[in-house]
Amino acid sequence: MFAAVARLGNNVFYYVEQTGMMMLFLLQAFGRILTPPYRLAPIVRQIHFIGARSTLVIAVAGTFTGMVVALQFYDTLVRFGSVALLGSAVALGIIRELGPVLTALVVIGRAGSAICAEIGIMRTDQQIEALDCMAIDPFRFVIEPKLVAGLVAVPILTCFFDVVGIFGGYLVGVVLFGVSEASYFQGMIDTVGWHDVLMGLTKSVIFGLLIVWIAAARGFLLHRDRAAGFGAEAVGRSTTNAVVLSIICVLVADYLVSALML
Amino acid sequence: MDAAQEFVIEVSGLVTHYGDRKILDGIDLQVRRGEIMVIMGGSGSGKSTLLRHLLGHQCPTSGAIRLLGTDIAGASRKTLYAIRRRLGVAFQGGALFSSLSVGDNIALPLREHTRLDEDTIRIMTRLKLEMVNLAGTEDLMPAQLSGGMLKRAGLARALINDPELLFFDEPSAGLDPVVSAELDELILRLRDVMHMTILVVTHELDSAFKIADRITVLDQGRILITGTVDEVRHSDNPRVQDLLHRRPAANHADPDAYFRRLVAGHLVPGR
Amino acid sequence: MNRRSIEFVVGLFVIAGLVAFLYLAMRIGGLEWPDHNHYHLTARFSSASGLKQGAFVELAGVRVGKVSAIDLDPDSYEAVVTIELPKRIRLQEDTIASIRTAGIIGDRYIKLTPGGADDYLADGDEITDTESAINIEELVSKYIFESGGKQTAKR
Repeated sequence: MFAAVARLGNNVFYYVEQTGMMMLFLLQAFGRILTPPYRLAPIVRQIHFIGARSTLVIAVAGTFTGMVVALQFYDTLVRFGSVALLGSAVALGIIRELGPVLTALVVIGRAGSAICAEIGIMRTDQQIEALDCMAIDPFRFVIEPKLVAGLVAVPILTCFFDVVGIFGGYLVGVVLFGVSEASYFQGMIDTVGWHDVLMGLTKSVIFGLLIVWIAAARGFLLHRDRAAGFGAEAVGRSTTNAVVLSIICVLVADYLVSALML
Repeated sequence: MDAAQEFVIEVSGLVTHYGDRKILDGIDLQVRRGEIMVIMGGSGSGKSTLLRHLLGHQCPTSGAIRLLGTDIAGASRKTLYAIRRRLGVAFQGGALFSSLSVGDNIALPLREHTRLDEDTIRIMTRLKLEMVNLAGTEDLMPAQLSGGMLKRAGLARALINDPELLFFDEPSAGLDPVVSAELDELILRLRDVMHMTILVVTHELDSAFKIADRITVLDQGRILITGTVDEVRHSDNPRVQDLLHRRPAANHADPDAYFRRLVAGHLVPGR
Repeated sequence: MNRRSIEFVVGLFVIAGLVAFLYLAMRIGGLEWPDHNHYHLTARFSSASGLKQGAFVELAGVRVGKVSAIDLDPDSYEAVVTIELPKRIRLQEDTIASIRTAGIIGDRYIKLTPGGADDYLADGDEITDTESAINIEELVSKYIFESGGKQTAKR
């Protein structure tokens, strides 16, 4: 009984400690972003990795999401004879919710895991210590470019997803089911407001920050996480943790932003 | 003041804990300018922890650490970085960045801290690669190098800004005897030619006796002895002699205590 | 991939992203550059029920503007609707603004009926002649309630 209470206390202490370390990590990283010097080349490399190389996956995911949303909505709307609402339904669903969330999930899978593993290996291989010993700030050299790239690339990918998704909905709604093209787009233009686009954009910026923050921090703080273990195994475990934690945080943040902005 | 007698590293009363466990217990250490100091000890003796403290990666529970005349225990990042620009650190596995070529790795401190033009940087990089017998590898990626080559490339990077003080973690670990001997020669040459102060952490006896001006032997977080090679060799401390003759420590242990450790937490059969 | 082509790809990526964003914001989202080719008029209605911000304004069946704000006047308990019109469309002082419904359950919009006065409305002026929303739900429920009431009364 006492052992169980002690273990619970120990676990609570562990999670509070990890949360604190991650918050400090974020503060330190932001401190570097807000102060010069700024260097573009490393940021460009990271945007290439996180963003440009995810474009194809996002295009495919976006097209099929738009198609399936249009299919489902058409099936429902046709029963009420309101097929004219198809365009607005597809656009609102994608711009407000599906675009930001699914883009975030794709980026977590493609880039988040890679960022965590890369930084984790740098930690276990003493590369981070080596930077520190050369008087090169690891936050500036390793973390800052990735964080800035995440903040830039995820919103851009989300915009791609939205546009491609609307096009996917067009394929199913207009080309396949013969909804009139004018009503598909006009319905969309009448219903979707700047507010909806802004909500999607806000979400994608927050998700971009969350993904890179969690992945980078879990890798960077590998040596401070006693649950992760040691060496290569620790890198694997931390990466899994980072992916699961990112997904949960993205979905929670999605709800919070929706609740605040609706 | 006589420059040769100036202490480059001064550690006094260093105590450190990991959780409740005491890792280092009252370490006092002075390293003179231009000498090669070897820190020796078995695994778990605290030599890696001592190195981490000297590099400023860990803060001690109590005690002072002065590097090149500046106290680094609890110093700000700015002070620490100013000192570190005058140091070189060669890591056990080289710790090269896998995303950069060997040449870019070695040039990194110059690119970050100086405004030298690209040609000068390239020439200096080749110079250091020649020094560690890795000429012509600057365009290779670290993944294409063997363990010994990685270690030497790491050394070249540590030497790129001609540091006053060089730290070398386990220079011979995992190397074949010939390469290891070459590295020992190189360390001696660095002291003789460049008047560098070098602190080597190792558990290899042969290498330690060959290169050291003075040796410090650590055991269970305490200094057993600090002295010249001869003083250490002829020490009458039994633990030092264990280490020198590679005798397992258990020989001296109380047999009853050994038995109790083995059966700890279990019923002793026959009772 | 060498550095040059990475830079090119990233440049392309960012520009395409901006284009996609502008398409979403301006074409789909209806965001416009703040311009000086529009002016605003207000109109008071006893009920603006069902009217939304961004709803369109029609004149002779042609979309000419949109509703930019809907507020409540706390003194008179009237809805104050602000509409935005291009400057080239000038309205007489006795123009009538009425809230209509597209179809039976469609979106609410504002219909403008031009008058015949000599003076024109300027930016910030109020349209005084208004017709509030004909509330279909109210009419229908009233009808159902009354007929239902009669039936129970008969019993």
